[in-house]
Amino acid sequence: MKRIGGALGAAVVACSLLAMGMPAQAQQKTSVKVGFVTFLSGPAAGPFGVPAKMAAEAIVESLNAGKGPAPYQIKGFGGLPIELVVADEAGGATKQVAEFRTLVQRQEVDMVIGYIGSGDCLAIAPVAEELKKLTVLFDCGTPRVFEEASYKYVFRTRAHATMDAVAATMYLLDNRPAVKRISGINQNYAYGQDSWNDFEASIKAMKPGVEIVTSQMPKFGAGQYGSEVSALLASNSDVIHSSLWGGDLEAFMLQAQPRDLFRKSVLVLVAGEPYLHRLPGKIPDGTIVGARGTNGVFAPDSPHKRWLMEIYKAKAGVDPNYPAFSVAQAFLGVKAAWEKATAKKIGSAIPMGAAKNVKEEMEKAYAPPTQDELIAAFENSTFDSPSGKVKMGLGKGHQAVMGTAYGTTRFENGVVKVGNIKYYDAERVTPPEGISSLDWIKSGFRKSK
Amino acid sequence: MKLDRTGLSLIVVVVMLLVSGPFLPSWMVSLLNVSMCYGIVVLGMMLLMRTGLVSFGHGLYYCLGAYAAGLIDQVWKMPDMLLMVAGSIVATAVVSAVLGLLLAKYREIFFAMLSLAFSMILYGLLVKSASLGSTDGFNVAAKTVGGVAVEGDTLRVTVFSVTAVILGIAAFLLHGYLASHRGRLAGAIRDNELRVEYMGASVFATVHFNYVVSAVLAGIGGALMAVNIGHIDPEMTYWPQSGEFVFIAILSGTGSVFAPLGGALVFESVRSFAYEYSPNTWQMVLGITMLVVMIFLPGGLWSLFTRGKAKEAAT
Repeated sequence: MKRIGGALGAAVVACSLLAMGMPAQAQQKTSVKVGFVTFLSGPAAGPFGVPAKMAAEAIVESLNAGKGPAPYQIKGFGGLPIELVVADEAGGATKQVAEFRTLVQRQEVDMVIGYIGSGDCLAIAPVAEELKKLTVLFDCGTPRVFEEASYKYVFRTRAHATMDAVAATMYLLDNRPAVKRISGINQNYAYGQDSWNDFEASIKAMKPGVEIVTSQMPKFGAGQYGSEVSALLASNSDVIHSSLWGGDLEAFMLQAQPRDLFRKSVLVLVAGEPYLHRLPGKIPDGTIVGARGTNGVFAPDSPHKRWLMEIYKAKAGVDPNYPAFSVAQAFLGVKAAWEKATAKKIGSAIPMGAAKNVKEEMEKAYAPPTQDELIAAFENSTFDSPSGKVKMGLGKGHQAVMGTAYGTTRFENGVVKVGNIKYYDAERVTPPEGISSLDWIKSGFRKSK
Repeated sequence: MKLDRTGLSLIVVVVMLLVSGPFLPSWMVSLLNVSMCYGIVVLGMMLLMRTGLVSFGHGLYYCLGAYAAGLIDQVWKMPDMLLMVAGSIVATAVVSAVLGLLLAKYREIFFAMLSLAFSMILYGLLVKSASLGSTDGFNVAAKTVGGVAVEGDTLRVTVFSVTAVILGIAAFLLHGYLASHRGRLAGAIRDNELRVEYMGASVFATVHFNYVVSAVLAGIGGALMAVNIGHIDPEMTYWPQSGEFVFIAILSGTGSVFAPLGGALVFESVRSFAYEYSPNTWQMVLGITMLVVMIFLPGGLWSLFTRGKAKEAAT
């Protein structure tokens, strides 16, 4: 009896497995399913992940209602409403690869937009290529993604992190040409190490005589910076470079301020912009801040910027920070490519007055673009975003290049203002195609041909 | 080695996996792949638990195996799947044989914490190694299997099949070992070490050997995971990863070599569907699952199968 029961059980399991694996019935497309992956838990959720999710929701609502700024007034993507499938980026690259496969193969999304962690981006890109699924990386910064490989199905709509260090160096040397001693405090993980290495190399290339006194590398999420502050105080530096973010940056500022670290040393916060509103009175006047692109306070005024500010504020109650701008870039980039692809199909369809197959040809032309058509339109495209014009100019047309900006803080009437803003063109701060970022900096910023 | 019911069932399961592999939907193949890799690691955890030891640092060997595979691909440019697995076996066997000399003298919380400490040392080293990508890690890709080049869709099926066969062999050998004279000492050591020594068996040698075996299994799991996922990073030796192995081992129970394999599949399925249906609270779903199992099945999921038998024997 027991044997039979067991066999029956096995049969039931086998049948249910088969049923789960049945492909969904082919249907006419009524919406575009976008998998959106961002940190919903863990240390990056607060400053980056959740603002990105709120931005994505606000953007999708607005686009689906046809309320985007010109030229984005068409509803959704080319008239089809966008359906968001949100997933958590927490858990490391192994889980993210498994989840990416789930999104693509079980949930059958039409594309994936996501990933804040550089490690996740590096892990996902080859899998996206294997599964042949359009994947837009919206926020990770490592230049390695397109410098170590080239992809057909992977795009990144924000500029990579090299420009943060290069532009910071230019801004620093323009405004404080007498600088002699430099130190750094960066988290001991890939982004912190890369930020410091790029900055150190840029300084050495642009002003060879400068002395690098100390590089403090507290571990990620350390929270206590007593000994690092002591080391920085003792280093007697003119400038302190830091790519700290999130709780780490807030803790460091709160601990360094009472010890007067910033009376003598100017602070350069590569990714400091999102914290200006969180730390009023704790960011000393004269601090040099960036937003990893022309995001947030650095975004030039435009209908696109006003649109994002308005819809984000309505959703979240605060001004959008730079991950929100990155999200907008990704969605608008896809939207621009989608509508460009459709326009091209309609433009090249059978001319009016042709004798036969007019109906079929027209239906084909007005159908949503296939993934390949979308990719062809996306490559090397240029589109407007809340942070300005984005050009997909690197990585064989898959990696965005943009200019960036730095400014200096000033505490005024209870709020931190950013003044003396300088803009840097993409060509000045981004390596040309075919050379790795660090090599480019070390070669003295060799111009492209 | 005698072919008993468990051995026979193992063969049947592996053959079923091999036959069904090409026809399964690809998301299920990747789910099974990840479960099998975890299953191999948890086989080792089971062996340790039978010996009365819980390691909170088996991520060390899991990660070491993965990095051995990664280095064979990246540095020596020999992207052969079997070679990667062999490399991971050598690396983990050597390291665990050395660390085992120290660890085999400790029990309970001291063993758990010391093994955790070693795994975090590797984490610290890898995070500082900029040439290995620091926390970002690097990509790994197997291009040949036993010298035969495979690519495209066949690669996934081949990787799946090779993983299934290695899993089968590992479980089969471990099952044989558990039934052997030395294997049975594990339970005796857990119950009373002094008595084992009086009987003339070496507790130290047995614990040391079991530790090395479990480490090698974790290394194989890590290497296979590296090939399956295609990317490795120091997160693999971070403590939550080691904790996850303990989690699966407790969820599974230690009754049979099938327990870890089933437990890993259940764990990975629950996690995957929790990610999909409750992206904001998937950790809670896993936690509740764990609580329910601990409260109602203190012997792990495997006790579902042995409970009936115990009743039969009683009547």
